[in-house]
Amino acid sequence: MKGTKRALALALGLALAAPAFAQAPIRIGEINSYKAQAAFLDPYRKGMELAVEQANAAGGVNGRRIEVVLRDDNANPGDAVRMAEELVSAEKVDLLAGGFLSNIGVALADFAKQRKTFYLASEPLTNKIVWEGGNRYTYRLRPSTYMQAAMLAPEAAKLKKKRWAFVYPNYEYGQSAVATFKALLKAAQPDVEFVSDQATPLGKIDAGAVAQALGDAKPDAIFNVLFAADLAKFVREGNTRGLFKDVSVVSLLTGEPEYLDPLKDEAPTGWIVTGYPWYAIDTPAHKAFLDAYQKKYSDYPRLGSIVGYSTIQAIVAGLKKAGATDTDKVVAAFKGLEFDSPIGKVKFRPQDNQSTMGAYVGRTAVKDGKGVMVDFVYRDGADFQPSDEDVKKLRPAD
Amino acid sequence: MSLLVVDRLCKSFGGVRAVDDVSFSLAPGELLAMIGPNGAGKTTCFNMINGQLAADSGRVLLHDADISRLPPREIWKRGVGRTFQIAATFASLTVVENVQMALISHAGRLYRMWSRAAAFEREKALALLAQVGMAEQADRPCGVLAYGDVKRVELAIALANEPKLLLMDEPTAGMAPKERNELMALTRKLVVERGIGVLFTEHSMDVVFGYADRLVVLARGKLIAQGDVDAIRNDPNVRAVYFGSGKTVERARA
Amino acid sequence: MSLSGILVQMLNGLASASTLFLLASGLSLIFGVTRIVNFAHGSLFMLGAYIAWSLTERMSGALGFWAAMGLSALAVGAIGAAIEMLLLRRIYRAPELFQLLATFALTLVVRDAVLGVWGSEDLLGPRAPGLSGSVEILGRRFPQYDLALIVIGPLVLALVWLLLRRTRWGALVRAATQDREMVGALGVNQSLLFTSVFALGAALAGLGGALQLPREPASAGLDLAAIGDAFVVVVVGGMGSLPGAFVAALLIAEIKALCIALGTWSLPWGGTISFPKFTLVAEFLVMAIVLVVRPWGLMGKPQAAVRTGAPPETPLAPADATTRIIGFATLGALAALPLIVGVGSYALVLSIDIFIGVLFAVSLHFVMGPGGMHSFGHAAYFGLGAYASGLLLKSAGLPMELALVMSILGGALGAFVFGWFCVRLSGVYFAMLTLAFGQIVWSVVFQWDEVTGGSNGVIGVWPAPWLAAKQTYYYLALACCVAGVLLLRRILFSPFGYALRATRDSVLRSDAIGIDVQRIQWIAFIVAGAVCGLAGGLFAFSKGSISPETISVGRSIDGLVMVLLGGVETLSGPIVGAAAFLFLQDSIARHIEYWRAMLGLLILVLVLAFPDGIVGAVRKRLGKGSQQT
Repeated sequence: MKGTKRALALALGLALAAPAFAQAPIRIGEINSYKAQAAFLDPYRKGMELAVEQANAAGGVNGRRIEVVLRDDNANPGDAVRMAEELVSAEKVDLLAGGFLSNIGVALADFAKQRKTFYLASEPLTNKIVWEGGNRYTYRLRPSTYMQAAMLAPEAAKLKKKRWAFVYPNYEYGQSAVATFKALLKAAQPDVEFVSDQATPLGKIDAGAVAQALGDAKPDAIFNVLFAADLAKFVREGNTRGLFKDVSVVSLLTGEPEYLDPLKDEAPTGWIVTGYPWYAIDTPAHKAFLDAYQKKYSDYPRLGSIVGYSTIQAIVAGLKKAGATDTDKVVAAFKGLEFDSPIGKVKFRPQDNQSTMGAYVGRTAVKDGKGVMVDFVYRDGADFQPSDEDVKKLRPAD
Repeated sequence: MSLLVVDRLCKSFGGVRAVDDVSFSLAPGELLAMIGPNGAGKTTCFNMINGQLAADSGRVLLHDADISRLPPREIWKRGVGRTFQIAATFASLTVVENVQMALISHAGRLYRMWSRAAAFEREKALALLAQVGMAEQADRPCGVLAYGDVKRVELAIALANEPKLLLMDEPTAGMAPKERNELMALTRKLVVERGIGVLFTEHSMDVVFGYADRLVVLARGKLIAQGDVDAIRNDPNVRAVYFGSGKTVERARA
Repeated sequence: MSLSGILVQMLNGLASASTLFLLASGLSLIFGVTRIVNFAHGSLFMLGAYIAWSLTERMSGALGFWAAMGLSALAVGAIGAAIEMLLLRRIYRAPELFQLLATFALTLVVRDAVLGVWGSEDLLGPRAPGLSGSVEILGRRFPQYDLALIVIGPLVLALVWLLLRRTRWGALVRAATQDREMVGALGVNQSLLFTSVFALGAALAGLGGALQLPREPASAGLDLAAIGDAFVVVVVGGMGSLPGAFVAALLIAEIKALCIALGTWSLPWGGTISFPKFTLVAEFLVMAIVLVVRPWGLMGKPQAAVRTGAPPETPLAPADATTRIIGFATLGALAALPLIVGVGSYALVLSIDIFIGVLFAVSLHFVMGPGGMHSFGHAAYFGLGAYASGLLLKSAGLPMELALVMSILGGALGAFVFGWFCVRLSGVYFAMLTLAFGQIVWSVVFQWDEVTGGSNGVIGVWPAPWLAAKQTYYYLALACCVAGVLLLRRILFSPFGYALRATRDSVLRSDAIGIDVQRIQWIAFIVAGAVCGLAGGLFAFSKGSISPETISVGRSIDGLVMVLLGGVETLSGPIVGAAAFLFLQDSIARHIEYWRAMLGLLILVLVLAFPDGIVGAVRKRLGKGSQQT
């Protein structure tokens, strides 16, 4: 086992002829379900690689090169924790990052607390990671389930639709997205009625039957939380069966290229979604990112690319602010840390360690045989949070 | 007093009466053969006596106690040993362990989880094996034995709980003539020594006429005759229904 | 909800049933003839979908589309034939279930191969030309393609049925399904028969996958989604019965459609019940109920004892001097390990996982090897142990030490309840009922948010401070592992252990010498559950968190792989198997990007090199025929 330590470290930073570094590199341990969730995580890894390359070309951090050690967790929290142990004890990484599945995210967060190691949860969406299961060592980058649902709720209220139906994957993410959305919608529009709830097994939706059951409930609008293959099945069945005719749809994540692109010309039109319209964001920061990404990979970025890229950006910014790599200093540096991601300024909220990274909210359309987002706006995550008192109640004291 | 009484036993499968109102009895120390052509209901009858099949009606009495609703293991506990048409032993245990298994069960120690089974009444098991001539092979795996030897082991297992009654389903099936006679002679000897009653089914007329004290004859589910060897040989019903002609019987006698 | 709504939902169910049937019919054929539990069947289904996607990209028009469907089936059939000839044929004489190991390895290879060849993005295929629209049925738009599927399913059933009834080949297949030895005795070319059956079964899976393409994108998760359903349908219908598989597919698909149609209801005593949520576990509930009521499936017949061509297991003998020395030396080395590698070393972390894996595998082996009960849902007792510990610690506030002890009770209690039903069954039906219970436990834990933490699980399950240091916990895990292994070993040499093996060797003889077979098996199941529960408890405290993954099918399968890899017929097999599997998985996963394929290939090599498992092979090499270590 010992002789192999090096070989397995995918030293991302090595590729580039970077300035000579005198000191040993800063090592970031990165754990993810690379094989089980490849559609999201391939672009994620590419985003990370790009950011590492750029950071090292720019002189690294505090005079040290950064290096990422990747581990595949086999979509299994037990393995993830073992990999975390390995990264910390054998690879001597300075901090941990990653996590896609929520159960792995909370497991790693709790590990970070126990082992007093800094952990940046880049992708897991569950609210629990910063609230009920939150701790001072864990920060989370991506907008949470709550935030994304909260970004959509006002748009939904504007529709003034009375009868709402819900379809979502039957696990914590789907349940909590729907619960948040229902509560916020009800608050904004008290006369709203919830006419149908379809909780479908993740990855195994019976799309025809679900589409029909939703249609039979005669809703005015549908809130959808399905993604990936479930979404594709549902959209195709819904299109064939005319489910979406005269029915408004509000849908989480559907505007992300990972989920919208496979639908090609069958992408739904007019849905209100969160997502990432990389083709139409014209801020200089994003343009720079897009050019660099396309130059390096001859491929366009997905949302995963942004998350991967920003993960490294956040860590670089945090380490620079801390001026050191020891956990306490990094943890302290991340409180209120700000950095510029390709999609906007992001700040780690001191009250719950959640970043204010936002998302784009817009409508779907089909252009040139592809699904796109139009009429979108960037919603800053800072504006879609529960009150500080509520957060305080939810989150255990550090 | 009868050891075993079979009283008006009936069993139907679908509309077919496989065993139809069969009654007979068996005394201690007696070897009773149950014979009949294929499909006569022997196996069905046998399996109702040993508890593997539930009878539709009728009773099976062992020492005047009704055993016809009991599962095989309860019947065994009342002193009934069995051998099977296709010998059933424990292939992954050694020969002596096979016998020890029966001794352990007899002693009511099946649920002991701490003591060592290999040490349990090994001497007694070896003695039983010696009686069937298998002592030398005691430590061989049962799965590698020759078929005739497996049958002997089965007999030793069947004797382990000091049974009062032995049920032997075609004890010599699949054996060479010489082996058959050896096994039946051995059985006869052990039975007489211990005063055990034996009910066996058999195809081989040599075996039946050579070793049975008495016979019951089944045909199409009904008991058509019973009596000693000579009575059966001369029974016109048996000749007509079972043997077809007198010739076979004469040959069997020769 | 209207009557017309229900009727159209029934139609939806019919369409889903067709796909399910195609998937399951091949599996049923393969199992019926070869007795192979083909775990790779879902992978074949997935390959069908991917190949169909590639073909439809190149072949357009109605003719092109249907030709692509047919060609995909043929291609997957050819892959199936290759698998049978190159791999399975070499291991038919291996101990029971060993082939499962090979097909499991194949699933790993295929999954990575699919990612490598087709990429990670879901691939949505075209709609079927001419059938892309919908027709109006009872005021609802119903997809034309679904109507086509409703026809295709029974059509394939009829064709295969004719093939089986009207051809000599079919007669042989039926004969082999009844009695495999007999066909060998008839002088039939057995390899040709097996290859052709495997190819046909694979082709049916491929066709099922291809025909699914207009309804669902080809994605790398299809295999897992498909394999569970396939087994359920086959078992509910009755192993080897095609009409049974069809009826079962109908039953399950219709029940799911009905659950979806029913939606959410308010209960008179308050609260609501959400029927759609039952679709998560509907097929397993159906399977459990069917198996409890009809132990051979809806249309199956009692199976003759499934014996492989393998010779009977050799008797157990107490460890000889060499084995003892090896055992003590290993133990000594393990005790010294923290001093050698240093207290914070990763070697300790990995070793703890291996100790837990060993305990898990040994408890599974206890019922599977000496007990002859193939548990496919052993993770249930692991998970119950883990959750018992975790919940008692977090919710009931029990001290950690006591919570760990309670994990034993958690596992035992689960085994007590489920075992009572399971021991009434045997062979593959037993296996599938354990699987069904495992899935039911999983889905309850997965959905019962308020108590179990739902899909996110329970966090903060850390050991008491005096046990928190890695090396202390290492010694605790080692001690529990050694105690568990020795205990089970001791039991195997006790009268009870002998009786357990006796029930496996011959139910008939056991019954005839007063052994209550079901009770012995039940108790053995509970003992195994208790030890497995302890493994779960140790796991929970070593990771600090637990989630429904601890109960997942994946973990149950890992257990089977460990036992089979080491050698099911030896006592040290599961120990070696667990250590080898976990070590390999860990080191390969850390080194190689396509680590699953690599692990799969490595297992295939081991399978071909050591058809008796690792320890079995070592034993044979040493010529210790009767030595069981």
